[in-house]
Amino acid sequence: MQEEFPMIQIMDQNGKITDTSYIDQIDKSLVQQFYRQLICMRAFDQKAINLQRQGRLGTYPGFEGQEAAQVGSALALEEDDWMLPTYRDHAASITFGKSYNILSSWNGRVEGNLPPKGKNILPPSVPIATQLPIAAGIAMANKYKNSSQAVIAYFGDGATSEGDFHEGLNFASVFQAPVVFFNQNNQYAISTPIWKQMHSETIAQKSIAYEIPGIRIDGNDIFAAYFETKKALERARNGEGPSLIEAVTWRYGAHTTADDPTKYRNQKEENEKRRQNDPVTRLERFMKAYGFWDEKLAEQIKGEIKEEIDGAVKVLETMPPANVNDIYDYMFEKPTWTLEQQKEEYINHLRGER
Amino acid sequence: MITISKTKQLTLIQAITDGMRTMLEEKEEVVVLGEDVGKNGGVFRATDGLQEEFGEKRVFDTPLSEAGIIGSSIGMAMNGLLPVAEIQFLGFIYPAYEQIMTHATRMRYRTKGSFTVPLVIRAPYGAGVRAPEIHSDSMEALFTHMPGIKVVCPSNPYDAKGLLISAIEDPDPVLFLEPLRLYRAVRGEVPEEKYEIEIGKGKYLREGDDATVIAWGAMVPVAMKAAEQAADKGISCDVIDLRTLYPIDKAIIAESVKKTGRCVVVHEAPATGGLGNDIISIVNDTSFLYMKSPIERVTGADVHVPFWALEEHNIPTPARVTDAIYKVIHF
Ligand SMILES: Cc1ncc(C[n+]2csc(CCOP(=O)(O)OP(=O)(O)O)c2C)c(N)n1
Repeated sequence: MQEEFPMIQIMDQNGKITDTSYIDQIDKSLVQQFYRQLICMRAFDQKAINLQRQGRLGTYPGFEGQEAAQVGSALALEEDDWMLPTYRDHAASITFGKSYNILSSWNGRVEGNLPPKGKNILPPSVPIATQLPIAAGIAMANKYKNSSQAVIAYFGDGATSEGDFHEGLNFASVFQAPVVFFNQNNQYAISTPIWKQMHSETIAQKSIAYEIPGIRIDGNDIFAAYFETKKALERARNGEGPSLIEAVTWRYGAHTTADDPTKYRNQKEENEKRRQNDPVTRLERFMKAYGFWDEKLAEQIKGEIKEEIDGAVKVLETMPPANVNDIYDYMFEKPTWTLEQQKEEYINHLRGER
Repeated sequence: MITISKTKQLTLIQAITDGMRTMLEEKEEVVVLGEDVGKNGGVFRATDGLQEEFGEKRVFDTPLSEAGIIGSSIGMAMNGLLPVAEIQFLGFIYPAYEQIMTHATRMRYRTKGSFTVPLVIRAPYGAGVRAPEIHSDSMEALFTHMPGIKVVCPSNPYDAKGLLISAIEDPDPVLFLEPLRLYRAVRGEVPEEKYEIEIGKGKYLREGDDATVIAWGAMVPVAMKAAEQAADKGISCDVIDLRTLYPIDKAIIAESVKKTGRCVVVHEAPATGGLGNDIISIVNDTSFLYMKSPIERVTGADVHVPFWALEEHNIPTPARVTDAIYKVIHF
């Protein structure tokens, strides 16, 4: 099956363009956009992990190593497309336009779930694979309304074992719904390696069962992530139905800050090997080789990013206390009497008016 | 001003079909989906003729996947449609339980209203038709315990149409339980036009002074029969059809129980953790000092619906309800 689903690469590990079919679409502004967003997301992730270590943020799931897959695919979207991320897809969400307030969700703030106005970004899905049938449904509605909006749904390798994965793909396939199922195969579901997750060689091949296009891309190659996702989204928009993309990648760090990967893998050795294939380094190599590198600009971007992220942390840390009313006020459009009564009793209790 | 509306005689299931038809006609956003709902018109024929009338785009068959049906309906509902999803039997909703619990009921909550899920899930429920295993479950309390979903359960054609229309108009998820035992057992006058019955409001079906009998769905005729039999012995009962199981009509319970001072709750679901307990707690909160005797519950046992050779032994009967009425009277 590996032969039938070869790993698609546009740029190799040394930053060399090996597939020239997109060469005329690769220009300075695209490359700079890639670069800026990649290093920005890496800095964001590192900051979040540091904040957690300093006790300024709750448990946090990092994505270092997966930046190219997330940023590349998210940049391929049109403004009004729909995105369904998981808890690990902050880079995709932020790239697509979500504010850094996403951080606050790791401090237990519902504000972190809210999309910017008019932006179709769902909150991070915590229960594994459950967002996939929903993505199919959103896409079905787009088709019903003759809307040109497409949908992208993110999920990990572990998610492919859940029934919801298959149900989502099957629905999308039966109804030829405009959705791209974007898998990040980061090799591990918490501690369970991919070879214990499934007997099949690739995730892409699971598309055969649903007779939808399935491809396997080098998830550390931002060009592959961008151009292949764009193609799949265009297919969706043209009424050609769903597709499945397996982006093969690697997360360097722990599943979350509460997890210790040294218990289940040879962390140091593996990571050293993987650093050779780092998504950011690869883009830098490409930029240097093809005349896109601009040291001064890189420094300037780094400065801007630092400011941006420090600003986001400041916003996080100066948020007003969470509003107790929020517990009750969003269950239904109009609260039921049970909620009204429960809220009143509790607010009275807080006021000491028992 | 008196408006005289045209009515037709419909069974409960025909009234449900009529409710869907009314809304399919009125709003292009309404879609009806589920297993076999198209050409076949649903296993109980609830969607009979709707695909023919409205086309496959509006009324369509889905793959056999409850999580898929509810998951995709959540997506459609979030993206501007008004899906009415049929689950063939309530007992088959369990694979979709996760979708309902993890997304449908909490999308509004977790996004402070940025995304909402105006979804209706229709499911026939209950025992008494000698169906195979799992086909007879009435696990409504699994859903009334679930924050963020309304649960509705009509017992007659008029209420069925009005409540279904309200459910479709409701901006939040609604589970619409259909007492399959009553699908064709009751007939009634149903207005031809659109009308709504407020979700959250119960109804007096019979008025009396000695005891309050509370029931819903398939247990309503049982409660009515028991009240008639009690009347022969000179005991007059209020019979309340709750109609909505979440949020329950607290006011009607309080009003009736304050008047009668006695209460019997009837449900076919298992006793433990059942809705009867919530009703007792409402009485406790609102009318404890009016009570002349402890509240009686007549319910199914804490068992799965028995295979049908024995199922009648687990469904409350009028005789068991009258026993409970006598017990609260002669305490
Ligand atoms: C339905 C469900 N079961 C279990 C969990 C606990 N859990 C959280 S993340 C995870 C592993 C997911 O792995 P994968 O899909 O590969 O995504 P990754 O974390 O690698 O991005 C598990 C088991 C969950 N969130 N949801």
